[in-house]
Amino acid sequence: MTAPLSLWAGGGLLLLLILATLAGPMMLPDPEAMDLAVRLGSPSTDHLLGTDELGRDIAARLVQGGQVSLVVAALTATLAALFGTVIGLLSGYYGGPLDSALMRLTDGVMALPLLPLLIILAAADPAQLGMPPDIATSEPVAVARLAVIIACVSWTGVARLVRGSTLSTRARDHVRAAEALGAGPVRVMVRHILPDVASPVVVAATLSVGHVILIESALSFLGLGLRPPLASWGNMLTGAMDVVWTAPAMAIWPGAAIFATVLAFNLLGEGLQQRLSPDLCRR
Amino acid sequence: MALGLIRPVLSRLGQSVFVLLAMSFIVYGLMGVMPGDPIDLMIAGDPRLTAEDAIRLKAVYGLDRPWTERWLRWLAQAIQGEFGYSRLYAQPVAETMAPALVNTALLMISALSISLAVALPLGVWAARRPGSPVDMLVNLLAFASVSVPVFWLGLMLIVLFAVSLGWLPAGGLRTVGGPDSLNDRLIHLALPVATLALVGLGQFARHMRAAMIAQAGSDYIRTARAKGCSPVRVLVRHQLRNALLPVVTIVALEIGGLFSGALVTETVFAWPGMGRLIYASVMGNDFNLALSGLLLATAMTLVGSILADLAYWQLDPRVRGR
Repeated sequence: MTAPLSLWAGGGLLLLLILATLAGPMMLPDPEAMDLAVRLGSPSTDHLLGTDELGRDIAARLVQGGQVSLVVAALTATLAALFGTVIGLLSGYYGGPLDSALMRLTDGVMALPLLPLLIILAAADPAQLGMPPDIATSEPVAVARLAVIIACVSWTGVARLVRGSTLSTRARDHVRAAEALGAGPVRVMVRHILPDVASPVVVAATLSVGHVILIESALSFLGLGLRPPLASWGNMLTGAMDVVWTAPAMAIWPGAAIFATVLAFNLLGEGLQQRLSPDLCRR
Repeated sequence: MALGLIRPVLSRLGQSVFVLLAMSFIVYGLMGVMPGDPIDLMIAGDPRLTAEDAIRLKAVYGLDRPWTERWLRWLAQAIQGEFGYSRLYAQPVAETMAPALVNTALLMISALSISLAVALPLGVWAARRPGSPVDMLVNLLAFASVSVPVFWLGLMLIVLFAVSLGWLPAGGLRTVGGPDSLNDRLIHLALPVATLALVGLGQFARHMRAAMIAQAGSDYIRTARAKGCSPVRVLVRHQLRNALLPVVTIVALEIGGLFSGALVTETVFAWPGMGRLIYASVMGNDFNLALSGLLLATAMTLVGSILADLAYWQLDPRVRGR
């Protein structure tokens, strides 16, 4: 797939999805309003894609779920890129035992079966760590908690890339000149190396968004991510699975939305990779 | 020559033991902050028990000690093969896990074999002419496969083959109450294996394609052509053998991901495997089972990656020299 094509296809698809999640709430009914008279209703003029098992508008819930999923994904990918960049910079800059320890850690996390681990992390109760229960279960905290948990296991790709780029950058003249002028390690890393490794970070972060959305939706599907009444594409599918024999069509839309979003980010990341750093693989 | 293997394998085993220890320590700590302390649950279930009884019970089970101390005690027992009792299934953890392990292994090995059997030829085919319609099609398929959510793919297969067409069962290990036959087992295996195989396919095809293209411009390929090797021989004996090396590593790294996929697949298809067991034990506050299950799953992926290293060693004589 050529760079411009995947870049355009991914970017366009993503733009379309973002527009839909922004414009949707203005035109669609309340996503949490139940109308028990039309449970599992077919598509109609009132309910564009029909209603779910509690009579809620599926199109409106899709849009709400999309907003939540995109926010969680953006937050998680940013956090993961941050963790990965710090670890990669330290590893590549200092080298030696620190490098081998950090890279062992990275390899270890990469090889783990992540979902079982995430299930246990997500099941831990913040209320038992001394957080007041009403704050611990509020929506912003739930979203942030999920983002932190997923970021804890998704920084590995960025870390490896940043380490590789740092290794080659730190031998360059401008870095050595800065060191000769007496710049401290933090200044060298932030001011002189980081700008050079920024584009692989952008690529890896974009590619990781798709992965993050898949993990988030899987956790929500299992009932451990975002919980109802807050709609997410994952927990909409949990509801759909229960009624798959009576209303099989309900399972189509939330999954198609996840699929389209992940595809968009993967295409975008691939396009960016070819455009920004074609020599990425050789570093 | 096999002597050269002992050192790397021992060091990998040592690393694996360390990973398992660290994991058990962290997870043991996390268990303490999960809802549903066993004694609290016992108190809630029996109004005759008083707060004093609770303190005494905690002392009896050692729950009043700091968790680091409890972890050490757990470890000492685990080394002797004693993993405790599953509260949820009311039997020893080892007995609960054994059949689940067999079921998951069956699912994962079938899916991985089918996935590789389809993906590797696809990758080789696509790499023959980069940019051709065939290449674009394989790329598109690979993109779709890495972007699809496992549980949705499973649900869609259920909707199509179980609900609409009625050809295949929607889940379970075998027909409940029916006769236990090989045929019955196979048709129950079909949808979960197809789901898991389709999800892994894209990764493998993309890496195979990239590895073949990376080898295509090499000097040794030109030499082989120049000395008059047939195109098939160049492809199979020269290019493919070298291109398989990075793919072996990818497959090893993907075993952990495959297990994650298997967990979701098992949940969707009610397949009684390790993933579903871990999920059920976490949801049911069955800490002994959850911890042992997670460690076993991790051990499986670690063993998988060591096996892949051995395969690499077998395939690449350059590694042996080191």
